[in-house]
Amino acid sequence: MNAWQLALVLAAAAALTGCYREKREFQPATGAASAADTTRMTRIHPGPGEPVQSGSMPHAEGQRDDENAFAVNQGKRLFRWYNCSGCHAQGGGNMGPPLMDDKWLYGHAPAAIYATIVEGRPNGMPAFGGRIPEDQLWQIVAYVRSLSGQLRKDVAPSRSDGMAGAPPENVRDEERPIARADPQPKPVEPAQAASPAASAASGAPR
Amino acid sequence: MSIRTTFAKTMPIGIGAALCVTGVLAQGTVPLAPGPHDALAAAGPQAAQIGQLWNLFLAICTAVFVAILAALGWALRRAPRANRDSAPDLSMTHRHEGGPYRSVVLAVAASTALLLLLVVASVWTDRALARLPLEHAVNLQVTGHQWWWEIRYEGSPESQTFTTANELHVPVGRPVVIRLLADDVIHSLWVPNLSGKKDLIPGRTATVTFQADRPGIYRGQCAEFCGFQHAFMAFEVIADPPDRYEAWAALQRQEASEPGEGPARRGKEIFLGSTCVMCHAIQGTDASALRGPDLTHVGGRTTLASGTLPNTDEDMKRWIRNPQQLKPGVNMPASSLADADLQALVAYLRGLK
Repeated sequence: MNAWQLALVLAAAAALTGCYREKREFQPATGAASAADTTRMTRIHPGPGEPVQSGSMPHAEGQRDDENAFAVNQGKRLFRWYNCSGCHAQGGGNMGPPLMDDKWLYGHAPAAIYATIVEGRPNGMPAFGGRIPEDQLWQIVAYVRSLSGQLRKDVAPSRSDGMAGAPPENVRDEERPIARADPQPKPVEPAQAASPAASAASGAPR
Repeated sequence: MSIRTTFAKTMPIGIGAALCVTGVLAQGTVPLAPGPHDALAAAGPQAAQIGQLWNLFLAICTAVFVAILAALGWALRRAPRANRDSAPDLSMTHRHEGGPYRSVVLAVAASTALLLLLVVASVWTDRALARLPLEHAVNLQVTGHQWWWEIRYEGSPESQTFTTANELHVPVGRPVVIRLLADDVIHSLWVPNLSGKKDLIPGRTATVTFQADRPGIYRGQCAEFCGFQHAFMAFEVIADPPDRYEAWAALQRQEASEPGEGPARRGKEIFLGSTCVMCHAIQGTDASALRGPDLTHVGGRTTLASGTLPNTDEDMKRWIRNPQQLKPGVNMPASSLADADLQALVAYLRGLK
């Protein structure tokens, strides 16, 4: 190898450091709880108390994690930590409907999935609004979309931390959502949205 | 206790200690130091039995090693290397050598006898471990989770039962019977000062018994690789005189204390209204989820996150804010509480003595 070749190799190696894939947010946002006073489609919500509004709510629009592999992987972990998998299993569905097929009862767009998680849906889906922080919600939304192959292959998770019954998200075929003519759910009254346990748990203003 | 497990028991001590120290330094957090984490510093009959067996193994294996090296040295001295140019002396292949023959037979016989002796000693130790009298035993159930220990003190009647985490209190001089369960993967319970290792296997129930004869704090550690944070799956066994133990147990059986006026009251509201309540339980409130450690008396424990951090206001705040920074991979998401709310939450939790 002569000096020119060596210089070329070194230059190529130096150029590699300039590669930039995506911006990753390692520090959690503070004061970013999702809206507690949103519309509710269900009376079910996790935990006994009413959600506490903590800090200001950043505007949701434009917060898309669909193209960020780190965020999607975070969403995958949160999917398990917040026990989404308790009802939806690893996307195949159990008590809750499957998330890896082509049927989307309440829409497949990120905003629609976000609304489903925050507002809850009739027949069992709890409302997580005001509990799961805003940034984590969008990570979960992105991951839910990856379950049916809606994301780019280089963004979707490639392998699981634990045992998994399904092939990795990034090798799944993209499911084409089937349009359905279901009636939209009707919001429940705010007074009804509070569970009986809530009054016992907290009485202070929020 | 078989020969294999005895060796396996003591081999990783040095390596484990070294890794622990590096891990701790790397994290920049120093857990409380509870006395020596030493399998040979026995604080109870079980560990003493195992210690005796280890000493016997050490003595015999050292004697054999020295004898073999001495024989080798003697042989080298007796017949130094032959001159390279001289022809090899093959005369001995044609005649029977009485001396060397007897030596080999003697060495084989001695090895067999010593190995048999060690096997017998192992079996005896095993039987001695099983002979611990179990009258008036404290009955516990320990469940291994990734990566923490759920500890349930069984009481009779059932209302005397309580659950805590990562901190085992035992009375001095009374035997302890622990039923071992696992929630997810195989773990192993090991308190070197008190007892040998015992695996916690999902779907099976095992039992380990020990007794602490000296008051003190003894460190326990998961001894079976169980995933990312295996190294930070520690716990403490706090051996107290019987009256102090009873006082502790009586306190644990009570529901969580109601916070007074001030930030702690707001902290309780935050606990019940944010993500905490989705996984943790606090007896006496509506929080009853079983996914994470029971926090009814979390303020009275010495460590957080299974021996990862000392239990102080500042460390609890850091832990709730971003657990992944302190124990990467742990099954607890970061919190986005505003600073004032986090302060109030910590005031509430630390007040749960």
